[in-house]
Amino acid sequence: MSSKDKTWKEISIAGVCPKSSESFKTGDWKTYMPILDTEKCIVCLTCVMLCPDGAINWIPDTNKISFDYTFCKGCGICANECPAKALTMKIDNTEG
Amino acid sequence: MTTQEWKFTSKDIAVKPDLFLSGHRACAGCGPATVMRLIMKATRGPTIVTQATGCMEVVSSIYPYTSWNVPWLHTAFENAAANAAGIEAAIKAMQRKGKLKEHIDVIAIAGDGGTFDIGLQSLSGAVERGHDFLFVLYDNEGYMNTGIQRSGGTPSGAATTTTPAGSVIPGKLERKKPITEIMLAHGMEYVATATPYYWKDMITKVRKGLEVDGPAFLHVFAPCPRGWRSDQAKTMEYTKLAVETCIFPVWEAVNGKKQLSTPSKVIALAPQKKKPIKDYFKGQGRFRHLFTPKNIHVIDELQRLTDENWKKLLQNCESK
Amino acid sequence: MAQQNKKTLAFNGDEAVAFAVKQCNVDVVAAYPITPQTIIVERFSEYVANGEVQTQFVCTESEHSAITASLSASTTGARTFTASASAGLALMHEMLFVTSGSRAPVVMAIANRALSAPLNIHGDHSDSMAQRDSGWIQLYVENAQEAYDSIIQAYKIAESCDVSLPIMVGLDGFTLSHSLENVDILSDEAVTDFIGERQLPQVLTHEGKSVPFKLDPKNPMTMGPVAFQNYYFEFKRQQEEGMKNALKRIQEVNSEFAKISGRCYGNGLIDKYKLEDAEVIVVCAGSTSGTLKVIVDELRACGVKAGLLRLRTFRPLPVEDLKNALKNAKAVAVMDKSMSFGGFGGAIFHEVRHSLYDSPVHPPVINYIYGLGGRDYSPSELRIVFDDLAEIAKTGDTGKQVRYLGLRE
Repeated sequence: MSSKDKTWKEISIAGVCPKSSESFKTGDWKTYMPILDTEKCIVCLTCVMLCPDGAINWIPDTNKISFDYTFCKGCGICANECPAKALTMKIDNTEG
Repeated sequence: MTTQEWKFTSKDIAVKPDLFLSGHRACAGCGPATVMRLIMKATRGPTIVTQATGCMEVVSSIYPYTSWNVPWLHTAFENAAANAAGIEAAIKAMQRKGKLKEHIDVIAIAGDGGTFDIGLQSLSGAVERGHDFLFVLYDNEGYMNTGIQRSGGTPSGAATTTTPAGSVIPGKLERKKPITEIMLAHGMEYVATATPYYWKDMITKVRKGLEVDGPAFLHVFAPCPRGWRSDQAKTMEYTKLAVETCIFPVWEAVNGKKQLSTPSKVIALAPQKKKPIKDYFKGQGRFRHLFTPKNIHVIDELQRLTDENWKKLLQNCESK
Repeated sequence: MAQQNKKTLAFNGDEAVAFAVKQCNVDVVAAYPITPQTIIVERFSEYVANGEVQTQFVCTESEHSAITASLSASTTGARTFTASASAGLALMHEMLFVTSGSRAPVVMAIANRALSAPLNIHGDHSDSMAQRDSGWIQLYVENAQEAYDSIIQAYKIAESCDVSLPIMVGLDGFTLSHSLENVDILSDEAVTDFIGERQLPQVLTHEGKSVPFKLDPKNPMTMGPVAFQNYYFEFKRQQEEGMKNALKRIQEVNSEFAKISGRCYGNGLIDKYKLEDAEVIVVCAGSTSGTLKVIVDELRACGVKAGLLRLRTFRPLPVEDLKNALKNAKAVAVMDKSMSFGGFGGAIFHEVRHSLYDSPVHPPVINYIYGLGGRDYSPSELRIVFDDLAEIAKTGDTGKQVRYLGLRE
């Protein structure tokens, strides 16, 4: 418990959740992080579809793949499934 | 079922915002988490989701956080289908009274425990009554949330904490319950199997299940790297291997007519592509004990059973 | 103000309940038949089959699914009803807690019946007393009229935003469920006007919006989450507040109902019969009070200052009302139609005796376990209770505090 936790008078009934899990960052779980070689990427979107954490996005404007490392847990599914072998797992060097 | 086929491109799906949100607490490499994302990518409009107690329920709703950007209800373990029945009944009642105009899809999601075992009664009842809902089973072949115990969906030979690989008994002795056959026997309009590796096939099947006016059942294969003692990076690879070894063929049955789906049809047409089950077993710690001289006969027996089931399925698909 | 054009129909208790549910025009009924509740489900099925209701009727494969579907329909915004008894209620046990914890104002009729083993289909209070801590409001009725009236009142109580709790209305199996009585009914319009549209409390969602509490694709919300050590306790405390508010709401609804029907049941919580100067008082719940009233009258005619307190609302427990009503008695007997094995008497005895503990003066309180498994109790046996009380009042000697009535010793 922390002092930020609310009292019973302050919260909605029946446990209706007041926050999206998007404010709960799971990125600090990871040991390895996927690094994309954009030269090799064929933008097939396999990684976008198969990521359990919704941490890989396709950017329509640039037709590029973007990684959200604040959610990526470093499982490596994306690298394992990449048909173009454009992804490699490296030791996580992000902070936090 | 509507005759109009749902057409989509990868990009359509990629830009569709996730309704199963990031920040959930599933383990790294979780198969069911990808399954949740893909189910929600296939929704077609207003949707209510209800879920049985289980991994995906727990990791997605730890108060005050939620990973569901749709109306979502959890009540207990054994009653996802009964939840769906009540929701659907409420929708129908309010439509009849003119309090609600729009159509709302109802999806019930449960793991293998909440489907094969404790949830089977309420599922059978709701299907028999003909409620309009899609039931998605994410099958990780055991009670993973409580620490990897056997379920009716655990395959023969697998070691779990309640079917450990002992010096006398080599893991689970009993066969996996034929859940899709049980559901088919209810006379459902739509029953299918899918794996997330073949994600286009899977989301198409989710959509078809939603389009059915009545109950539909989808059995999705969803590996658990923790429970299977497998490499988290290979979660999706195993859902591919399960199809290639015919351990988990993918098919659909519309009004009882079974048809292989493309990934399995490829193997039916080119049997040399069918891989031995050893290829699927190796690397999974739950089957490691089977690779000892003492137990290797178990693999042979399981191979025989897999071949037999595959043959039966092929006959079934041909004869219809 | 009594209703004009009064209409009286012959109903047994179950039929009176089914008729009330029909008039409430509830959205969803999900139920599974069990003796002695069966007639409720059967009659309601006829209303559905004859197009007399717009209700979606879900005839489930078990009581577990009946209460589950009632709960989920309720969270979808529907007004819902279910009914059960005995083993059926026991099978619902898990979901009773989930329903109250989910703050779903489901209304359920219980045709009170004994629990197995041995198997017994007859009336006692074992089933609902075993659910006393499940977070449901519990009313026990005296006759078919009150069963009818209480179902209508139940919606107004349970659906109050500051209550938002499920409610069970107990009617004694067979004694009430299957006995024909004259029941004065209200018009359909009077009922729908009285209960009004379902009210929904406001809640804050993950999108930062304050919206009505229901599953609605326009305002997605997550219901039934996991709450760990940091929040679970707070949600339980909220439920207790709902119960506290119900104490007030039950009384208000009782008075409001009196205005449209001319009928009220004490203050809604307890029903006092000749208590003002009573020296020997019997406390009971349910239909036994009808017989006890006759005995009180007889004793009064003989100069005995006898009185009856009928506990209509068991949850929330009307502690202050019990305290005030019993404080001047010389001896009190509490009648329990259920056992709390290994405990000190039956459930109602615990509660009544406990309520009096802090009073500066409190009377001796004894307990009678009676009527288990539908065991008949005659007026002469009930008279023994008053005789015993008179003796205690005279001698001050309580004797055995927990006694059995009508048991072959």
